[in-house]
Amino acid sequence: MEKDLTLYHGVWVFAEQRHGKLMQVAIELLGEGRKLADDIGTELCAVLLGEDVKDLTQELFAYGADKVYLAEDKELNTYRTDAYTKVITEAIKTYKPEIVLLGATHIGRDLGPNLAVEVDTGLTADCTRLEIDPEDKKLKQTRPAFGGNLMATIICPEHRPQMSTVRPGVMEKPSYQADRSGEIVTLKPEFKDGDIRTQVVEVVQDLKSAVSLTDAEFIVSGGKGLGNPEGFELLQQLADRLGGVVASSRAAVDEGWISPTHQVGQTGTTVKPKIYVACGISGAIQHLAGMQNSDVIIAININENAPIFEVATYGLVGDLYEVVPAMIEELDQLKVEEAY
Amino acid sequence: MKIVVCAKQVPDTTEVRIDPVKGTLIREGVPSILNPDDANALEAALAMKDQNPDTEVIVVTMGPPQAQYMLRECLAMGADSAILLSDRAFGGADTWATSHTIAAAIKKIGNVDLVLAGRQAIDGDTAQVGPQVAMRLGLPAVTYVQNIEIEGDMAKVQRQLELGYEVIEVKLPCLLTAVKELGEPRYMTIAGIVDAYEKEITLWGREDLGLDPSECGLKASPTRVFRSFTPPVKGKGEIFTGTADGMVRDLMVRLKEKHYI
Repeated sequence: MEKDLTLYHGVWVFAEQRHGKLMQVAIELLGEGRKLADDIGTELCAVLLGEDVKDLTQELFAYGADKVYLAEDKELNTYRTDAYTKVITEAIKTYKPEIVLLGATHIGRDLGPNLAVEVDTGLTADCTRLEIDPEDKKLKQTRPAFGGNLMATIICPEHRPQMSTVRPGVMEKPSYQADRSGEIVTLKPEFKDGDIRTQVVEVVQDLKSAVSLTDAEFIVSGGKGLGNPEGFELLQQLADRLGGVVASSRAAVDEGWISPTHQVGQTGTTVKPKIYVACGISGAIQHLAGMQNSDVIIAININENAPIFEVATYGLVGDLYEVVPAMIEELDQLKVEEAY
Repeated sequence: MKIVVCAKQVPDTTEVRIDPVKGTLIREGVPSILNPDDANALEAALAMKDQNPDTEVIVVTMGPPQAQYMLRECLAMGADSAILLSDRAFGGADTWATSHTIAAAIKKIGNVDLVLAGRQAIDGDTAQVGPQVAMRLGLPAVTYVQNIEIEGDMAKVQRQLELGYEVIEVKLPCLLTAVKELGEPRYMTIAGIVDAYEKEITLWGREDLGLDPSECGLKASPTRVFRSFTPPVKGKGEIFTGTADGMVRDLMVRLKEKHYI
């Protein structure tokens, strides 16, 4: 079982694409992977699977990849566990990367555990920080545990590759360098009958609830303190004034007041807007884990001891049903003033 | 149909607090519960049993001896039997080692048609053990399952995506991991609780599973905790009190000063 660790080189990023478009987290991982590769003194590679996705390689180079491992096949059009696991497992066994990073999406979190078993290594889930130990060049992977109450730094000392999934929205997106280019290594996947044991018969997109929380600059978020689902209509009015979107805590989702796609926090989305307005959110650590990196946090809560005030840039102790309408009025007033 | 449900006893992380002086986790007084996603998985199995009384539902957990209390709860909800995998050798296991041990138990049970597990446990939040058990058993797996229809030897399931879902067909035997939307878990009944104490909990250790010590627990775990620490708290900001209009005016002054709006 002992592995010769010196055989493993390069940092790999899983370039997750859906419908021919790269996921934001894949680009964020290229930025992070670039730093790690430079700290080790090795190359950064992207692994791109799909059908007819070669055009995306230019984008991967522009965001920092030195090399792209490309597998194109009609069986790879839509993500399926067996197909993607097979192709990437074979690539890892052949080319021996020392680090493999995947986005902690519903796909990355499905693919990662399978790869880890197939290539016999460890996997650290949902990392929020990655760094190379300057002494031994090993990867230190930091992630929240116990619902965000504790942070743990995980290492994978004797197995390779060192594998992590990384939460979307946590790592910085790198700059786009249009003149960068690199090498394409074509993988030739072969599938036999029985290799792929699941059949995707339908993909249902729920665009009604398509809120792009990760990209939003202004977020107005509501919690249990709203008291009823109609409260979100008021928050929407405030969000409209700011040019932002509405989000929620888990408590409000659990009450059934809003769909889970709006949820910010440990089990929801991690966000980093310019302004995050938390209305009637007490500030459970699970929620804080998903929003505490916002530039400005404005907390509105009737309970002056609510933990949300511990992370708030500005805290307003009062009834959100008085404070939020007052904010809407002030913003409207501001627009009138600007018009002159 | 024979269904195995994988469950875990976890500390209720919403009740975990940090000692403000020492900066450590306060675990005392934190209740241990059946992991929420696992409760959804068990509910799905019990719903199948409601429809087809020939269904056998076996709950498997790996954990310390006190995990038997969680198994009693599963029995009281309606599971037929429960197996506790407990051995000092299993201690310190990461997901690699945990999935290896649970897979060995499911092999020992034998002839299982369906394995259900929660998507992830609230203490570790890794979502790895389910798919890794499937991989070790050579079973196809679908994660994030929010709806299940079984017809003959086929399962038609909805796999939740960030926006929407996929409909996936997979042949039994297979493993599915459950999300909350799969169904609200039922309550224990008085009769169920009484019955639960008449049912036996089977205890299997390392030797019962035919595992070598090198395949279990910390020894078999590729990952190590290098250090753990409490997350740094952002410095406290400015707090406004008073009337809504007054607070909002003060806030607007700050936001304009700093060019946030």
